[in-house]
Amino acid sequence: MESLLQAFVTAFRLLTSFDADLVEIVLLSLRVSLMAVFLAALVGLPLGGWLAIARFPGRRIVIATLNAMMGLPPVVVGLIVYLLLSRAGPLGWLGWLFTPTAMVVAQFLLIMPLVAALSRQALEDLFEEYDALFRSLRVGTLGVVQTLLYEGRHRLLTTLLAGYGRAIAEVGAVIIVGGNIAHVTRVMTTAIALETSKGDLPLALGLGIVLLFISLLLNALAALGQTRASETVTP
Amino acid sequence: MTGGPRLRRPCSSITRTWAALFVSITLFGAAGVAVADAPYITLASTTSTDNSGLLDEILPKFKQASGVDVRVVAVGTGQALRLARNGDADVLMVHDRKSEEKFVADGFGVKRHPLMHNDFIIVGPRDDAAGVRGVSDVGQALSTIADEKVPFVSRGDDSGTHKAELRLWTAAQRDPSEASGTWYRETGSGMGATLNTAAAMGAYAFVDRGTWLAFKNRLDLEIVVVGDPRLMNPYSVILVNPERHAHVKAREAQRFIDWLLSPAGQKAIGDFRVNGEVLFVPDAIAAP
Repeated sequence: MESLLQAFVTAFRLLTSFDADLVEIVLLSLRVSLMAVFLAALVGLPLGGWLAIARFPGRRIVIATLNAMMGLPPVVVGLIVYLLLSRAGPLGWLGWLFTPTAMVVAQFLLIMPLVAALSRQALEDLFEEYDALFRSLRVGTLGVVQTLLYEGRHRLLTTLLAGYGRAIAEVGAVIIVGGNIAHVTRVMTTAIALETSKGDLPLALGLGIVLLFISLLLNALAALGQTRASETVTP
Repeated sequence: MTGGPRLRRPCSSITRTWAALFVSITLFGAAGVAVADAPYITLASTTSTDNSGLLDEILPKFKQASGVDVRVVAVGTGQALRLARNGDADVLMVHDRKSEEKFVADGFGVKRHPLMHNDFIIVGPRDDAAGVRGVSDVGQALSTIADEKVPFVSRGDDSGTHKAELRLWTAAQRDPSEASGTWYRETGSGMGATLNTAAAMGAYAFVDRGTWLAFKNRLDLEIVVVGDPRLMNPYSVILVNPERHAHVKAREAQRFIDWLLSPAGQKAIGDFRVNGEVLFVPDAIAAP
């Protein structure tokens, strides 16, 4: 109980002090995870849109696989990316291991299936609503996917927020491929793991509260943007 | 939803807002991903040197002397050796003599330089259920713990500390692996996580003094066994062989090793204290 109280005091102190190390860690966390979300959106949303409307043999298997990959353990993704990026691995020549780039790659692999799977579900429901209209207007696949992505943008924002949540909260993958190097690859979650291992539980928990606070801020911003957007759309 | 789908290519202000957001995220991300180009080497080291604060103390001094950044990846000795074997580090600072010698003999490392030492201790709950407090023979202490079947938490992670612990069990003619899951519990985690577990369970644990002194969540734990010469914990530093991995930054890494072994580096190690206690004793040069 005492530790919990101490944690909140620590969190408050961290949030109000703008400690330079903390700011650096928070910014790096956001950079890595937002970049991963952006790349996952770039690949996952069109993939989800296409899977929503395409009909081909084995489609169910592809969708089931994608859904299953939402549950990929971060540590496993971290290990795979490590083996790929290690100097002894096939992509070692890139020299990406223990850099933020490696962390983006790992988080991208972690959340792209989630973005694709969730957007596929959301857009398929939408597609069923509009299918007849699309047919009567003879819209091509590309046009349909574009329209679905546009019309479903509010639901897709939730999908992207879910992806962001998985990315910013995971520690298993980034600690392996990033190495938790101070001032280079240390992010919120790896810093929390480090403080836990030093036995400084209030500081670890305090950092956790800061992380939660930042995610809350980002989600509030997204909600605000969504309200604004729907106001503009509906005259 | 109003008015049905727009079938023309949408290009409203909202789309533009989203596009702007995406572009700014990309630039923001790219700026962060482009790592500063200051010269640096990667050091694979153990949690004991990093968690104790030693590296935070001495690396800035090296940076000042050389302009070279040292990026520390702190893992167990076993994992550090594997990273180096794959060529993912330039220098090693580890503490398991046997596997270090094998690493060099196999051609992955250039040479093993003894650097410093500290010692291992056994910590246990204040009430000392096994009654081993003050026992000076570590073998006797371990065999008592095993015979009394009191909870003992082990790293179980192939680290230098874990290997040292296993050697002492062997010397005490006990095989705790048979009891794994009962009184002998293997966390498979780092030193800190293992100490957290031991503190919460009121169990005994085998730990290096550096991590212990810097560790904050001790709860009921105290030092119970200390001082047996077999508890000595020597660290060494090894350059990863550039003949195996051409990208190894041998020049900067060798400069780091030379500095560590120099009077300046050895003094920096010897000067490091936590709560007034010396944590690591330099080994590379005789005291002047």
